[in-house]
Amino acid sequence: MDPQLTLYLIQALNGLQLGLLMFLLAAGLTLTFGIMDLVNLAHGSLYMMGAYFAATFISLTDSFLLGALLALIASLVLGIAVEVIVMRRLYRRDHLDHVLATFGLILFFNELVRAFWGPAGLTIAVPSWLAHSVQLMPGVIYSAYRLAIIAVGLLVALFLAWLVTRTRTGMWIRAGASNRTMIGALGVNVQLLFTLVFGLGSVLAALAGLMAAPIVTVQIGMGDNILILAFVIIVIGGIGSIKGAFIAAMTVGMIDTFGRAFLPELLKLFLSNSAASTAAPALSSMMIYLLMAGILVWRPTGLFGARS
Amino acid sequence: MLDVNALRNPRVMITLLLLIAAVLVPFFAGNFLVSFGSRIIIWTIAAISLNVILGYGGMVSFGHAAYLGIGGYAVGIMAHHGINSGFLQWPVAMLASALWALAVGALSMRTRGVYFIMITLAFAQLIYFVGVGLEAYGGDDGLTIYKRSEFAGILSLKNRATFYWTCFVLMLGVFYLCHRLVQSRFGMVLQGSKSNDLRMRALGFPTTRYRLTAFTLAGAMCGLAGALLANQTDFISPAMMHWTASGDLIVIVVLGGMGTLFGPLYGAIAFFVLEESLKPLIDWVRPGWGDYWRLLFGPLLVMVALYARGGLDSLFERAARPRHG
Repeated sequence: MDPQLTLYLIQALNGLQLGLLMFLLAAGLTLTFGIMDLVNLAHGSLYMMGAYFAATFISLTDSFLLGALLALIASLVLGIAVEVIVMRRLYRRDHLDHVLATFGLILFFNELVRAFWGPAGLTIAVPSWLAHSVQLMPGVIYSAYRLAIIAVGLLVALFLAWLVTRTRTGMWIRAGASNRTMIGALGVNVQLLFTLVFGLGSVLAALAGLMAAPIVTVQIGMGDNILILAFVIIVIGGIGSIKGAFIAAMTVGMIDTFGRAFLPELLKLFLSNSAASTAAPALSSMMIYLLMAGILVWRPTGLFGARS
Repeated sequence: MLDVNALRNPRVMITLLLLIAAVLVPFFAGNFLVSFGSRIIIWTIAAISLNVILGYGGMVSFGHAAYLGIGGYAVGIMAHHGINSGFLQWPVAMLASALWALAVGALSMRTRGVYFIMITLAFAQLIYFVGVGLEAYGGDDGLTIYKRSEFAGILSLKNRATFYWTCFVLMLGVFYLCHRLVQSRFGMVLQGSKSNDLRMRALGFPTTRYRLTAFTLAGAMCGLAGALLANQTDFISPAMMHWTASGDLIVIVVLGGMGTLFGPLYGAIAFFVLEESLKPLIDWVRPGWGDYWRLLFGPLLVMVALYARGGLDSLFERAARPRHG
């Protein structure tokens, strides 16, 4: 197979994998945003906590799957606790209060991790049964672990699509996103629904965190920068729209991956080598924000956003 | 402008005493306190500028640190190329910030609510990554400034006390400007647009234009703060415009009291004093835990958001009320 084409294929897979991870993070965010009108900056903290929980539980149980499962349960409990203790009091406030309070939560969680797990980063090993490469096509060899991330990501995306469009809970979620007061008046326990959605969002964020953990380092603040990307995604996709989040996540994943892979070569044509290698990642990050700014100028409520 | 009766108001008294104490700081305080004071004053200027658009204009800009960065980089880059005159550096810093604010504002005003928060954040991230990508000016590592801004021998900013007083006078100027701005017809339109934009427009005010002007002015003011900050730390880096710095600015404004003249000052003092004092305080109660002061500071912010929306200013106001009925 043509090596150039192979490279494109592998980068496309990388982009898909990154996009799916970010979709997991963005899905929870867009649901809480859409239904509860809550700006939750602390969503990235749950991503981080998921990774740290996984690191601990995996080393305790010696099993990736069992550890991951325990980490998800712990994140669910943590998410619900955060909802009950803090978020519940914020729904009726304005966005500025949300920003302030959840900014405080970020500081708290980052510090908590530092006090509990120490300032050094942790690593989670790729589980041995996935630590090999798979030949997808002649010449296209790809990491089995990353393929597993793609598979899990797609499964969760399908599950969410089913949950939101085919179930009664999903109906409430959609109804809640378009008119909160009305579904309360129709006898749906809105409080419980909010708690459930927040818990679900927390689990999805933690899942993204623990799946990313073997690829990146588990460190303090790991959720902060990816959180901003998740916000970009849900704003591009339109707040409250799972479909929008999916499309935006894929786009952002691809832009970031292809930017990082191919911009250095492109920039070397008219910049020095070292300048190109510094500028390229920055430029590919900038492209994402430019895309977002462009889309908001063109469609002020995102691609699939209903409300402003 | 100042009426004598106002002095009976504890809020005015506190502010006046604070300002008088602030003038005197370099006479009795050591190096650390003077630098610490300069830092508070510089952040106060930045917070005043955010307060104009956030507090009075109701625009939640989550990317205000970008203007700090632009102001700082303007000074740093010019110093790097041997242009040290502050008469040139500072206006350029303000102009560059104002121009960027104008562009960001013009595009962001198309959106509302949470989309506005996010688009301002996106533009700030854009500038942040420009800083990261500027290999010639240190990229991620930042750039050391070897010579502070020079003012033709009139002022030597290398002197700690002189620098402090320069910042102080500028802060007073910015306070005065903000006071006049808010009281003017322009300020009234801005505040009117905050509480009911539709009605203001129905009355015939092109509110977007007013809001954009305020946004640009705030950018220029914050650019000045950035120029000062670069001089104070002798260093610029993308970290000064990281989104958490924008978050800090919002915290300062809300902590002090949004939409109040002196709120930014109270907020900046409270923020930095807490930052510096929580650590030894916790260490004193539980030795070794001082490093984790944010474990308290984070929940404190949550409490402020939940229960103390008026910030410190309303606290002083409440203290004032019983005596005056």
